[in-house]
Amino acid sequence: MAETAFTADDFRPAAVTESAQAVARPSLSYWQDAWIRLKANRRALFSLYLVIGLSLFTLVGPLIWTVDPSLQDLEQISQPPGADRDATVVAPHRPWDGAPELPLRSGLSLAASPTTQSVRLVWEPLPDAAGYRLYRNLFPAAGGQALGLPLFETFNLREPSAGEREGATPRKNQRRFEDRLDLKPRSYYYSVAALDAQGQMTGDVHRLELTVTRVITAQEAEAMGLVEDASLLNPGDRIKLRAHPLGTDYLGRDLLARLMAGARVSLFIGIAAPLLFIAFGVIYGAAAGFLGGWPDQALMRFSDFVVALPFLLFMILLRVASGVQPGESGITPMVLAMVLLSWPAAARLVRGQILQIREEGYISASRLLGGGAPYLVLRHMIPNTLGVILVTMTFAVPTAIFTEAFLSFIGMGVAPPTPSWGSMCNEGIKTMLTTPHELIFPALFISVTVLAFNLLGDGLRDALDARMRSAE
Amino acid sequence: MLRYSLKRLLQGLVTVFFIATATFFAMHSVPGDPLASDKALTERIRANLEAKYGLDQPLMTQYGIFLGNLLQGDFGISYTQENRRVNDIIREHFPVSATLGILAIAFAGLGGVLWGALTALYRNRLPDVLIMLAVILGISVPSFVFAALGQLLLVQLNGVLGFSVLPVAGWGTVAHMLVPSLVLGLGTMAYLTRLMRSSMLEIVGSDFVRTAKSKGLSARRIFTHHQLRNAILPVVTVLGPAIAAITTGGFVVEMVFAIPGLGRYFVQAVQQLDYTVIMGTTVFYGAFLVFMVIVVDLLYGWIDPRVRLE
Amino acid sequence: MTKAPNPSGESAFNRSAARQLALFGVAIVVGLVGLMWGLNLLASLTATAGGVPPAVDVANNAITVMLTEEPPQLDSTRSTDQVSGIVLGHVMEGLLRYDDRGELAPGMAEAWRIDEGGATFHLRADARWSDGQPVTAHDFVFAWRLGLDPENASEYAFILYPIKNAEAINQGELPVTELGARALDARTLEVEFERPIAFFDKLTAFSTYFPVREDFYRATEGRFGADADQLLYNGPFALSNWVHGQSLRLDRNPHYWDQARIRLDRINVGYITSDPNTRLNLFKDEKIVMTGLTAENLTNALEQRWHIHRHMDGSVFYLDFNHREGRLTRNLNLRKAMILAQDPGELVYKVTKTPGYLPGESLFPRFLEGVQGKFRDEHPAPTYPMDLQAARAHLEAARRELGLEAFPPLVLLAGDNPVSNIQTEYFQAVFKKNLGLDIKIDRQIFKQRLAKMTSGDFDLVLAGWGPDYNDPLTYGDLYASWNLNNRGRYSNPEYDRQVRIAQGAMDAQTRVAAFAEMQRIIHEDVVIIPNYERGVAYVTHPRVKGILRRVVGADTDYTYAWIEP
Repeated sequence: MAETAFTADDFRPAAVTESAQAVARPSLSYWQDAWIRLKANRRALFSLYLVIGLSLFTLVGPLIWTVDPSLQDLEQISQPPGADRDATVVAPHRPWDGAPELPLRSGLSLAASPTTQSVRLVWEPLPDAAGYRLYRNLFPAAGGQALGLPLFETFNLREPSAGEREGATPRKNQRRFEDRLDLKPRSYYYSVAALDAQGQMTGDVHRLELTVTRVITAQEAEAMGLVEDASLLNPGDRIKLRAHPLGTDYLGRDLLARLMAGARVSLFIGIAAPLLFIAFGVIYGAAAGFLGGWPDQALMRFSDFVVALPFLLFMILLRVASGVQPGESGITPMVLAMVLLSWPAAARLVRGQILQIREEGYISASRLLGGGAPYLVLRHMIPNTLGVILVTMTFAVPTAIFTEAFLSFIGMGVAPPTPSWGSMCNEGIKTMLTTPHELIFPALFISVTVLAFNLLGDGLRDALDARMRSAE
Repeated sequence: MLRYSLKRLLQGLVTVFFIATATFFAMHSVPGDPLASDKALTERIRANLEAKYGLDQPLMTQYGIFLGNLLQGDFGISYTQENRRVNDIIREHFPVSATLGILAIAFAGLGGVLWGALTALYRNRLPDVLIMLAVILGISVPSFVFAALGQLLLVQLNGVLGFSVLPVAGWGTVAHMLVPSLVLGLGTMAYLTRLMRSSMLEIVGSDFVRTAKSKGLSARRIFTHHQLRNAILPVVTVLGPAIAAITTGGFVVEMVFAIPGLGRYFVQAVQQLDYTVIMGTTVFYGAFLVFMVIVVDLLYGWIDPRVRLE
Repeated sequence: MTKAPNPSGESAFNRSAARQLALFGVAIVVGLVGLMWGLNLLASLTATAGGVPPAVDVANNAITVMLTEEPPQLDSTRSTDQVSGIVLGHVMEGLLRYDDRGELAPGMAEAWRIDEGGATFHLRADARWSDGQPVTAHDFVFAWRLGLDPENASEYAFILYPIKNAEAINQGELPVTELGARALDARTLEVEFERPIAFFDKLTAFSTYFPVREDFYRATEGRFGADADQLLYNGPFALSNWVHGQSLRLDRNPHYWDQARIRLDRINVGYITSDPNTRLNLFKDEKIVMTGLTAENLTNALEQRWHIHRHMDGSVFYLDFNHREGRLTRNLNLRKAMILAQDPGELVYKVTKTPGYLPGESLFPRFLEGVQGKFRDEHPAPTYPMDLQAARAHLEAARRELGLEAFPPLVLLAGDNPVSNIQTEYFQAVFKKNLGLDIKIDRQIFKQRLAKMTSGDFDLVLAGWGPDYNDPLTYGDLYASWNLNNRGRYSNPEYDRQVRIAQGAMDAQTRVAAFAEMQRIIHEDVVIIPNYERGVAYVTHPRVKGILRRVVGADTDYTYAWIEP
């Protein structure tokens, strides 16, 4: 420890002044103080910005990114973000008469250049084949390995079986096939396997590897709004398809636009419903806890009653009772059902806390000082339960969002094509492994929302809670 | 204490009666035809089916019959699983849901208290931040995603190791229960962690803890007798409803893990308007829930002597 | 880490508390382990002990499979759904059955004769129930009477109507004893027809025609088919255990007559779940021998290098119009506009994306037989290639005919399953884009959708139809004006006439011509918009061979399966 030298001056009495008693800073009300505390809390402030950002995303976003969330871009189904979007203009698809446009090679060969519109294949006969099965694979298949997706089978040359009528003439096997199934601009490995009379593979296989190019017809380009007039485009022209910054979903709809539109539904349900039912629950629980005795008993038995009502059934009933027509979103009855049936948890929680607080010294003190019942409840009891209330609130947000998702899943949620984050998650989970972006983005937005409300709740509690102040 | 318990049980019976009544009339006012099936019914068959289930009677008569049967503990025969008694359905499938639920609640309750207390002790320090991030993940990812991910993880694990460590789905042994109950309890665990942290923080700063400290009590005693005991109160409060939510809300987990629980039957019953199963499960769950609430309230008085039961 | 203000007090306290918590944690783990052993004990009471065997159990010559749903019940006289059909197809056998090539083969009957007026079946001497007693002609008569008894309220009673007096009995006009089916002796069954029928042999393979033994039925006291011990079996397998919602065990039936064709000793149904991802995971983990693939997990199956098979299950799917009086969709020009404005190829190739689905062209799927070859080869279905100009012209004509300023939104009724969600959203966009028509989607849970279909509360409905028996009539009579499954109430005397011809004629030529005529009327009148014929892509365990997928009868059929050594 450093030596400190004292002088006689240090022990002289201070001069008498007036300013020592003056209030140096302006007096702060409870709310002003709380606001200052909130501002000082970096995490809370960050969450506040997040909430503002989400609101902007929901309200202003659609004004900037003006893509229709229900517009289906069937050329770009389940595209991950940042995918290549060049396409060549071609003529509309015509049924194929079997004539090849390209010179045929031996084995399995292409009859026309392979595009996302169609892949036309022709093959030479394989020895002793009673039939053929055509496969398509995403990976090269070595000998003995699985050949991929069976797309087509022709099997006409077998002996007529007992059930077949006399004179049935076996027809020649078709040795061409047009593949139009879900073609993406990538490489495919086709194989044609010969079948014996029993329908088993003989082991003889023709193979072909090819790369598909993305094409679009002029009419489709016009319908998608890529050009003003379809007649301006000629086959062979290059064109850029619509940009989708976050990719597309299973019907080729823009994910960003859907997230924005979904935010309106999910945030409304996720905020309105919890606010309402927790507010009601707090008042109800506080009343029960404060009154005690038989009113408490009666109120709590009623809440037990509400808890045990089957949510799904009453949800359906409310929809019917509120006269939701097909095609209407039905958000209001959903929120209503959540409010009517979800408050008891908050009520029980608050009642439990109030029962505890009721016995505290400061309540007795306030009562002795003449505090009336409403004053006691509003000024002392509810602020002291704020901690648990805010926690419940932050948890009610995702719960409400997922309730909506569950209801959407079983056909009781918002009417399509209106999206919601929850229902987008529901759809995304199915393709979790192949196109994860369809799950990740909506899940991310839900997480960010929950995070924001959690941090904000924390900050608010720290700012509002009287006991927190003394603890610091 | 005994008198109080008896009184509560009696009140509980009344509550269950009201639940049954409300559900009965709500169910009958939902549009839709419980007898309809993919193939259309002729008038004659329809009339016979209606007679079989008593749907040809006026609603109040049906209600009377239902109450009469309820008093005898008979819920009737299922509409969709014809020839099967609702009592059998509950008896066979409730134990499964309950087993899953108990384990999930055990995970959630114990884990929640543990993590919550930990975060409060290390407030704003690394363990707190890490646990709270995990909590946010736990509540912002829906259970169907967790269920799917959990199952996928099991498949990969089994694939890498070359033998079955834990079964991917199904029911029958304790190994089947582990992952589903963890998934089922995850959300509640996150919730309880958060709740515990919050109430623990309040208690750490409270006067009686300070008093206890200045009295010179051992840290251990302060922690167990003053902090934990007080902080656990809100957790106990939500446990009652949480048990109900978990035992009834296991639908997704039961479906993903192919578990024959009652949750699946209940959701299907509502979708299929299977009147007898809806009534049976609702009344049964209602009674179960009311009972759990009573248990929780009794626990309350035991944990916190300040709460007078009368 | 920030420095604690009071090192001796605060952090020592924290350390101790942390120690406490750690102890608490250990206690929790110990407690949980104990709890789990307790639960294990409990679970062994409620489930099959020891869990589920692997996909292929060579030691027991057994395989493990899964079902998508729990069979509601196994009373063959009342069963209606596909899952019960699968189980019943393994444990029961009718007079005739389908063999491994999908052809009719002798079952309980070793010989039979069918003509215009009736049929006679001679039961085999070694046909036995699983308790060893013989299967007699009385058992068939009893089952059929039961199926028609109005008290029993079987939904499939109509399939017995070709038998004399059946319909009158089902309507309660005649007593069940008047049924035109008699047991001449224990092994001879004589059937009288209401009117000539060309496909009665195929009907006898259907589950409503399966036998039921009277004394056993009476002994179950109304719980027939509700549990494994509440049912008697005459098929290749017998149900030895049924844990509802979880598992069924089918053991080889030692009393079955054709032991030679059964190569497995046991089939375990180990899992019941409708979640496609769960099924895929179970297959990946070698827990089940077969699973269907959805469009979403095809890529995954390719990565795993599995051998993928495909199968057409004979179901057709279509948009059904409401033809009731006062509905806009009663207008032919509107229906023409709508069918011209869409392309089933786009739906199949870009939206549903499952291999095996074929773009819908007709109400009659491709598997149906014509006179010599396939019906659809002999009578190719006329189609409407997409033509937007023509579609808009028809729409304009419809608008004028209906005297409308603009079209109000049309209501599209749909179920709540994921596949129909995608389709409804697709159609909504297509009709909006191509015709400017607004479509409101009315998604309803099962029973409410059926109620709305019955009452006609829709303009369009997504519908599908699968075959009950292997004859075009199972599709053709759907749009007869008297058929209650004709939910749009389409009514056309000419169509009805053709249905009656097909019902009554014995001659294949006449019948096929009638079906071709029905196909033409449905096309010209745009009764429906065909969407697709359903196919399934599925994978099987490489060591298990002989798994059959069927169009009619049990789909999937494991009775012929074997484990490759």
